[in-house]
Amino acid sequence: MSRFLFTFLILFVAWLGFTTSLHPQELITGAVVSLIIAFVAFKTFTDFGLSFFHPQKIFNIIKFIAVFLVALIKSNFDVARRVVLPSLPINPGIVTYKTELKSDTAKVFLANAITLTPGTLSIDVIGDELFIHWIDVISTDPEVIFNEIGADFEKILKEIFE
Amino acid sequence: MILTYIGIFLVSVGVLFLFLGALGIVRMPDVYTRLQAGTKATTLGALGTIIGVGLIQPEWFWKTLIIAIFIAISNPISSHALARGSYKSGIKPFLKDDDGIDTYADVEDEEVDR
Amino acid sequence: MTFTFDIIILSVIVLASILVAVRGIKGPTASDRILALDSLTTITTAGLVVLGLYFERYIYIDVALIYAVLGFVGVLTLGRYMEGGL
Repeated sequence: MSRFLFTFLILFVAWLGFTTSLHPQELITGAVVSLIIAFVAFKTFTDFGLSFFHPQKIFNIIKFIAVFLVALIKSNFDVARRVVLPSLPINPGIVTYKTELKSDTAKVFLANAITLTPGTLSIDVIGDELFIHWIDVISTDPEVIFNEIGADFEKILKEIFE
Repeated sequence: MILTYIGIFLVSVGVLFLFLGALGIVRMPDVYTRLQAGTKATTLGALGTIIGVGLIQPEWFWKTLIIAIFIAISNPISSHALARGSYKSGIKPFLKDDDGIDTYADVEDEEVDR
Repeated sequence: MTFTFDIIILSVIVLASILVAVRGIKGPTASDRILALDSLTTITTAGLVVLGLYFERYIYIDVALIYAVLGFVGVLTLGRYMEGGL
């Protein structure tokens, strides 16, 4: 039941975003469509229930977005520097990154965040290993790789999803 | 009024990063480094441009925010799919010298259940 | 918005599209061409939103949203095809 309500809320908010209108006709259509889709699909849609809207989790989600935006801006200045310099300072390679996260959803968000942070691009996920293309390999030590690439995100994601 | 100026600033910065991303796609040596430059720079560039327009025209803000969120989620996923597809189709990454590392080469042939 | 500002912004977007198209024409492998297509989709989405501002028409925003969704699905399909898993 809790999962069903969670799915319905997410779908209804998405409907509100796409129509951007508070007219009663739109609201009723959106509610009916969201109810039908949520009834059919809530088992495959999510593993989370309404407990996902706990204030502590909301706070962590906002923190994740903030950390992510700062990393995105930093990575863009990094890319800009590498692209504009005539000598093209790159030393690429593919490294293995061991994650401590268990949930699949958390791994998806970790891989996406890693792709948009400075100089890294995730290529594949097998079990608890992420294969990451690094534009400037500074070390092959697993400890350094872990701290350098994803330690910040990992901490926050663990609090959100586990 | 102040929102308009913030919007103009965001649009200008966003367009600058879109241009730098395009430049990176032309200059980089292989598919993976091009993906790096392309994905990051065009994502922030498009986010800045689209949200900037939303600030200049405040009644469009929610729709532009939806587009921005969609781009921020979908762009890394498509570059991820493209990188894996390129590797599986046999394109080796560009390495600067002979001892550059490539740990993905070891698992490439193993069949993994998905 | 002032006329010149929009024109300058749109010119830079067109310039970026031309650079990406160069990679799409030259690109030694198929992956390079798909990558150029992917970036072109994102750049065009931003361009459509700015065009909407220039013509002051809300419909361009809807077009940009649908364009982004379809471009994403297309690139995802091509990526899976490269991998041989389609």
